[in-house]
Amino acid sequence: MAEFRLPENSRIKKDGKVHKAPEGAKNTRTFKVYRYDPDGGENPRVDSFELDMDDCGPMVLDALLKIKNEVDPSLTFRRSCREGICGSCAMNIDGTNTLACTKSCEEVKGDVKIYPLPHMPVVKDLVPDLTQFYAQYASVKPWLQSRTPAPPDRERLQSPEDQEKIDRPSACILCACCSTSCPSYWWNGDRYLGPAALLAAYRWIIDSRDDATGERLDALEDPFRLYRCHTIMNCTEACPKDLNPAKAIAEIKKMMAEREHL
Amino acid sequence: MSLQSPLGRVLGRGSAKSGVSHWWAQRVSAVALVPLTLWFVWQLAGLAGGVDGYSYDAVRAWVASGLTPVLLVLLVLALTYHSALGVQVVLEDYVHGKGLKVASLLASTFAHLLLAAAGVYAVLRIAFTTGSV
Repeated sequence: MAEFRLPENSRIKKDGKVHKAPEGAKNTRTFKVYRYDPDGGENPRVDSFELDMDDCGPMVLDALLKIKNEVDPSLTFRRSCREGICGSCAMNIDGTNTLACTKSCEEVKGDVKIYPLPHMPVVKDLVPDLTQFYAQYASVKPWLQSRTPAPPDRERLQSPEDQEKIDRPSACILCACCSTSCPSYWWNGDRYLGPAALLAAYRWIIDSRDDATGERLDALEDPFRLYRCHTIMNCTEACPKDLNPAKAIAEIKKMMAEREHL
Repeated sequence: MSLQSPLGRVLGRGSAKSGVSHWWAQRVSAVALVPLTLWFVWQLAGLAGGVDGYSYDAVRAWVASGLTPVLLVLLVLALTYHSALGVQVVLEDYVHGKGLKVASLLASTFAHLLLAAAGVYAVLRIAFTTGSV
């Protein structure tokens, strides 16, 4: 059956460490952060960090950096651009998958709970293992496949209307917020490609310069790769870039149905 | 531990090149169920308002009357077909482990066939054994 409880060694122990705010801090906020150390041999725990918000940047990533710089340097997480374009700092904040760098602490009521992306193997603390996620992206051949030779003197042209179609889907930053918010991806992530990879596939299927539409649809037509999507739209809800993977998947299903039945 | 590449694992045995017909059939049966269910509810309400209500004879007479048996057979078939497709998807989603998965898919298929056959037989038997109204 599907597993509804974590394996014994992944369950969170109660006794996380508590780090108090410095003396004299007036505007404090508690951050509850998931901790897992693969070398310690112990179960994960949730540490509490009280921070002085008068001396901290506004975003959740600012708070995590403050913790790492000033309280506990062993706290491990990915981050790079701090402006929502690299997708590194995707994590589960206040119960929602999003980017720590674009999520403001003020949006969260009460304690700020920070966990790694759900249902992924955890490498350490807030760092999930995304190997399979990247392999799924690679499996949809996310590059131009054309049998038409490129013009010798200029680039392949595309009309503004055709560019418009791929404009939004191309803006995906592969942060994995969508795929890891999808229950179908949780239960069958080994065979279901997930919203991120399917959005990427859609982006190439509708690219007017690409000649491999048929092959791309062939590769997706599968009860698990594509049809595990049951349109609950957690992906669209989670996307920090306001993209719509659910609609892209629905469009792919529509193209399949039209090819076969209409 | 397998040393197969992550891409090799994801590509697996390739695409099954099917799934669209299942998806289509689910939608076609759903569309068929809209008028059939509305008709069924409307008929039941009509029976309730009749002189004999839901009495045995009144219901038997209704089942055997006019186009009712035809539409009832269609309702039974659409309902069990739609349910079989849906339950199959639920089992594929949640039941892991090859033995249990095969067993539950078989059980669901056979149970739905049994329900369809029993439903059709019941309607036809009443239709053919009740005096014309």
